[in-house]
Amino acid sequence: MLSRTADNLFWMARHIERAENIARVLDVAHSTSLLPLDIEGTDAYLWYAPLNITGCADGYEVKHGLARADTVTHYMALDSGNPTSIYNCLWYARENARAVRGAITSEMWEVINETWLELNRLSQQMDSDKLQDFFDWVKNRSHLFRGVTLGTIRKDVALSFIRLGTFLERADNTARILDVKYHILLPSVNDVGGAADYYQWGSLLKSVSAFEAYRKIYRDAISPQRVSELLILREDMPRSLHACMNEVEAALIAINGLSGQEARRLAGEQHAALHFGRIEDAFTLGLHEYLTDFLQNTALLSREIRDSYLSRRDTLKI
Amino acid sequence: MTTKNLTKYFNEMYADNGEVREIYDTYTRWLKELPTGTLERRNAEAELLFRRLGITFAVYGETSGTERMIPFDIVPRIFGAAEWQRLERGLKQRVTALNAFLHDIYHDQEIIKAGVISAHQVLDNEMYRPEMQGVDLPNQVYAHIAGIDLVRVAENDFYVLEDNLRTPSGVSYMLENRRTMMRLFPDLFVSHSIKPVEHYPQMLLNTLREAAPPNVSDPVIVVMTPGSYNSAYFEHAFLASQMGVELVEGQDMFVHQKKVYMHTTEGPQQVHVIYRRVDDDFIDPRVFRSDSSLGVPGLMEAYCSGNVALANGVGTGVADDKSTYLFVPDMIRFYLGEEPLLSNVPTWRLSEPEELKYVLANLPELVVKEVQGSGGYGMLVGPASTKEEIKAYKQRILAEPAKFIAQPTLALSGCPTLVESGIAPRHVDLRPFVLSGKEVRLVAGGLTRVALSEGSLVVNSSQGGGTKDTWVLED
Repeated sequence: MLSRTADNLFWMARHIERAENIARVLDVAHSTSLLPLDIEGTDAYLWYAPLNITGCADGYEVKHGLARADTVTHYMALDSGNPTSIYNCLWYARENARAVRGAITSEMWEVINETWLELNRLSQQMDSDKLQDFFDWVKNRSHLFRGVTLGTIRKDVALSFIRLGTFLERADNTARILDVKYHILLPSVNDVGGAADYYQWGSLLKSVSAFEAYRKIYRDAISPQRVSELLILREDMPRSLHACMNEVEAALIAINGLSGQEARRLAGEQHAALHFGRIEDAFTLGLHEYLTDFLQNTALLSREIRDSYLSRRDTLKI
Repeated sequence: MTTKNLTKYFNEMYADNGEVREIYDTYTRWLKELPTGTLERRNAEAELLFRRLGITFAVYGETSGTERMIPFDIVPRIFGAAEWQRLERGLKQRVTALNAFLHDIYHDQEIIKAGVISAHQVLDNEMYRPEMQGVDLPNQVYAHIAGIDLVRVAENDFYVLEDNLRTPSGVSYMLENRRTMMRLFPDLFVSHSIKPVEHYPQMLLNTLREAAPPNVSDPVIVVMTPGSYNSAYFEHAFLASQMGVELVEGQDMFVHQKKVYMHTTEGPQQVHVIYRRVDDDFIDPRVFRSDSSLGVPGLMEAYCSGNVALANGVGTGVADDKSTYLFVPDMIRFYLGEEPLLSNVPTWRLSEPEELKYVLANLPELVVKEVQGSGGYGMLVGPASTKEEIKAYKQRILAEPAKFIAQPTLALSGCPTLVESGIAPRHVDLRPFVLSGKEVRLVAGGLTRVALSEGSLVVNSSQGGGTKDTWVLED
């Protein structure tokens, strides 16, 4: 496969996944903001979280100053000046898809193209009472894209690069959501089992569609340790770090090729740490430190993937 | 753009006596029985289909709406088997002669020695590529893909408007228009026996295979595009995927020891045939425009060494510019010893003082074009222009007369078309695509372009023209 094609497939999937995750983060921020909270400086405090998770707090502050529900939402969802807004993610995804139309199925292209056209229509008429619908729509389009992909594309190296993009991005997002939320929720760690706690941790779980699973698995009050275990180590949770790294490693093995040895080694190492790790150890190290390590390793892996597969390397290495 | 004095033109559907021409019989009967509003509904469906498929093109110099759809008209343009056969023979003849001409001028230049065409006309032409002198191409084919623009002025009178031998586009619309028509009107395809066009990509792939360097048994073929912002990008991607080959950009390839490779996830892979949709000027910054980032440094050297084939070949522009056009009938006589089956439009060369004088005196009746122009840009349609426009254009001509040619304003045939007020005739042309490899082939059909505003003669999509499905009926 052409390196440029692989690059576009990888980023097409990452951008779609990123759009979905931004929608999830905003969705939860909105439902949390409806709860009676007793956290200091509630609003601004609450609305910094989504900005921190997606790493666009600096850009936001320059433009809008204090974090407010309406401006944060607009900045993250529809602002074309914010490179990581849902709007731009879906635009980039379409540009990536457009660049490799021959490598994806026409149904995949149609979903991505239609999403972009529809987004432009929706963004013209966005009212606050339609936000919930909008976030659902973004999630659904992402679900649809994955479904159409699995249902129509040949199981070859193109699919492997798409899955690689999807799951690297998802691992990255789950780790960030957990890290930022854990920070916010720390003050109430002692208040395990309290109502506020229930809603707070509950909303975190909901943002990664893990609320129902938590209840089924633990049948107990929500505790930070269990939430972390669920989202980091449980490989049966589709958005956990472990599950994501399973997929990343599998995709890299399927892609194979001489040049990818280091990428496969890094992914294997990260996967092994999750496979054999214990949540107690993460807490001994400090969850924030643990997640920071994970994010750094993921970034390292991304760079290695880029260098060995996606970039157009030196012409003399024949 | 409308014309006042073109009331008389050939109507594709109705004969002069008002009767429906035989080939449109079945269609008009079907049309009569159609409940009112059906056509309009299907038309809306078609538009939705095209938009969702993302069949768009970009318009140069337009900042808003960089992607537009070419309007699609759902009334087909129909040819009978016999009239198509005549056209097909004429097209093959013409393209064969054009390829023979290109081989000749880049080798022994017999046609110049014989005095049929002047050395000045060929060798001083901006599109003549001295780099190609003496380079041997497989099957002596230069223009593997030719788009020949035809207009019809009477039942049996077709004129060639121009030959497109560089990177002719539009074939994806021919294929998508057919697909759309079959989806919207399956019943019409049952009641008519229409020759298929769907095998065009396969035919193109065979042609490209035949273009490969002779010592390569299983050539790696790619489609090369300037990139996703090119106006015909949709078509490049479409053809690559239909043929099952990679769509590459210049940056995906490099040359090593006079061989071309592409960067893949498994390392470099050698490429043998490049169906390039990038103009000569941009394919190799070392030989042509050095500021081009679309090309591949060293590509020309690999090409001239015979390690890679380019389709179309380099230097075909010398055969399709509007001043060489005049000599095509002579080429047919010279190389094939045959009389041309398709006529040229009578053309005045403004480089000749006598002809310039006549043209300047008759501008309001004539169409004037730039020799190097394409896409309907920069032309003057006399009967449709104001006095001021004509005056301004005259100044341009006088500045550099040799850059222009003039032709009579042709009464392009009219074909029924769905417009606001119902079905009404609109002027059409036809671009069939002729493929040359070990033999010359074409599918029965082409791209019919239609000027959508009443009386307009400019069918180019960049100027608001639309397209139609073109049917060739079986015997």
